[in-house]
Amino acid sequence: MHSSVIIFPGSNCDRDMDVALKKFGFKNKMVWHNDNELPKSDLVVLPGGFSYGDYLRCGSMASKSKIMKSVINFAKGGGKVMGICNGFQILVESGLLPGVLLRNKYLEFICKNVFVKVNSKDNSYFKGINKETLELHIAHNEGNYFCSKNQIKEIKNNNQVALHYCDKNGKIDENQNPNGSIHNIAGIFNKEKNILGMMPHPERMIDQALLGEDGSVFFKNLINNIR
Amino acid sequence: MKVSVIITLKKDVLDPQGKVIHQTLNGIGFDNINEVRQGKYFEIDVKENDKKKSEDKVEDMCKKLLANLVIEDYKVIGSQ
Repeated sequence: MHSSVIIFPGSNCDRDMDVALKKFGFKNKMVWHNDNELPKSDLVVLPGGFSYGDYLRCGSMASKSKIMKSVINFAKGGGKVMGICNGFQILVESGLLPGVLLRNKYLEFICKNVFVKVNSKDNSYFKGINKETLELHIAHNEGNYFCSKNQIKEIKNNNQVALHYCDKNGKIDENQNPNGSIHNIAGIFNKEKNILGMMPHPERMIDQALLGEDGSVFFKNLINNIR
Repeated sequence: MKVSVIITLKKDVLDPQGKVIHQTLNGIGFDNINEVRQGKYFEIDVKENDKKKSEDKVEDMCKKLLANLVIEDYKVIGSQ
């Protein structure tokens, strides 16, 4: 299985993602933002970081970079595209996912482990995951998911929510909402569910020596589903 | 021609920075404030002498990059 991780100026989780993808069997290539064409890929990952220094709005500059034309074509043709953290911000700014990520409600940068509940398993990303909740890491200043009333209706109707912030037992309420996201949303899909954006970083949880191993659960499952 | 444009958050979008600025203004004695909303201001020098054409160009820039229309409104406030 071939994956591609896009490097934007200011990306800083690109190499972590590279390590994670390779660990679970992907043949990964790093792709520079100024390239025109994607290499042959079964999965394209937009990594976390601070592309273009978060100028203007997080992800807004990166969403207009050269390689994104190719990524958008790939995604619109059904290709699997996953954006983590800043990658999620780039996906909403490029219009591949609905909504937007605002500044965290309490204006603080949040860096901690959280629990997320998998909302939808009818897709390549979570199909086959046995755990109801995953412990993953978040590190962001703009993770407050927001969209219009009509958009949230549509997202709910199409079951496009991927992950909700919850407690370790899977209970979803405002106390478990780290950043003010509407309906505790931590990740969403497009309608067809080939595009996933999420704030938590699974690539940070792939070894016991790191923060935990629920990221391993995610990647093992992912490569099985893409195969 | 220099075109000035402001970008503000839409009414129903929470503006936590505006709230904090409001509280801080209260804290230093400005207590007659209903609300503070923070926005962005751009001054764009367009290679164009026609006012209408310059403003149209900047509006297009707002739609394509400067503003995110899910949460923001833009307004051209002048050109010279």
